[in-house]
Amino acid sequence: MATFRLPKNSRIEKGAMYSCSGQHGLVRRFKIYRWNPDDGKNPRLDIFEVDIDECGPMVLDALISIKSDHDSSLAFRRSCGEGICGSCSMNINGTNQLACITPMASIDGEIAVYPLPHMEVVKDLIVDLSHFFAQYASVEPWLKNDNPPLEGERLQSIEERGRIDGAYECIMCACCSTSCPSYWWNPDRYLGPAVLLQAYRWLIDSRDDSRDERLDQLQDSFRLYRCHTIMNCANACPKGLNPGKAIGEIKKMLHQRG
Amino acid sequence: MSARPRPLSPHLQVYRWQMTSVLSILHRGTGLFLVLGSVMIAFWVVALALGHNIFASYQAWLGSLLGKVLLAGWSFSLFYHWANGIRHLLWDAGWGYEIERVYMTGWIVVLVSVVLTGLLWLLPVLG
Repeated sequence: MATFRLPKNSRIEKGAMYSCSGQHGLVRRFKIYRWNPDDGKNPRLDIFEVDIDECGPMVLDALISIKSDHDSSLAFRRSCGEGICGSCSMNINGTNQLACITPMASIDGEIAVYPLPHMEVVKDLIVDLSHFFAQYASVEPWLKNDNPPLEGERLQSIEERGRIDGAYECIMCACCSTSCPSYWWNPDRYLGPAVLLQAYRWLIDSRDDSRDERLDQLQDSFRLYRCHTIMNCANACPKGLNPGKAIGEIKKMLHQRG
Repeated sequence: MSARPRPLSPHLQVYRWQMTSVLSILHRGTGLFLVLGSVMIAFWVVALALGHNIFASYQAWLGSLLGKVLLAGWSFSLFYHWANGIRHLLWDAGWGYEIERVYMTGWIVVLVSVVLTGLLWLLPVLG
């Protein structure tokens, strides 16, 4: 059952204010979600001011500058800094995005930064993704084929290879799944857009011969059919992919199979 | 490890409303409201069977300001749920998932339901 209000221990309180004189240039104001697992308090919203002449252009650059200049305890994940690793996914000004490829200039006024929505918070902007990755593992995202290849590799035609375009580029940043209200209300049983896009990626791989078995596993009123085509997923995807469309294709496959 | 349970990150409280989620919740809301509407129609038939006086007072209640507001809500809900239902059928047939099409069909559904509701309520006045 969906609970719309945040539980008591999750309600957000007022936090500290870290100002910056901005002698050198323009100052941008950040409102950042904080939660410390060790101080026994509720989450809070801290306000940080950042001199944007002193750091790079992206939201991630500002977070790094806050961490080095204002508060070294600010916790967030980041790695590649160019939108390919999927570590710095977070909720920026109301939508899920990768901080490293979101320019501060694309946002007017105060920049609000929260962790990915409706997830357990480990610390500050870091959420626990173990359940998300366990769901990913549950669709067995690898090639399954019991017949040995005729010779050498398993070849694909250009057209067969083209079918997985738009599905293999996913970086599992969880922006889509955590933008999906259906995933918010049923995270335990609904697989969510990211995992279903990957399920689709293996369903349409010409080298895989476990299609029926994969479809059997998905034919479930929760695992697949909690998707109500809300389409927040495609709006959120930082790689421009369309998980909603892939889920529609899986539903069609199941229908055609009868 | 701390024994303190981890908080749940904010969701509805912070996620930006957008056409995708707004039209989806409206589909559900109008569907629920239409269930109440069917009860209203059932009472109307029951009132008819109970005799002239009861039917007349039920009719009068429907003609009051509150009744009219509810009827307007029900007619809009019917048109919206119908039009958005066709949008869902197109999706189920495999068409219209691209974000531009999601927005285009979304605006068409809003426009169609507003215009049809407007026509339904204006025609008797003009007519």
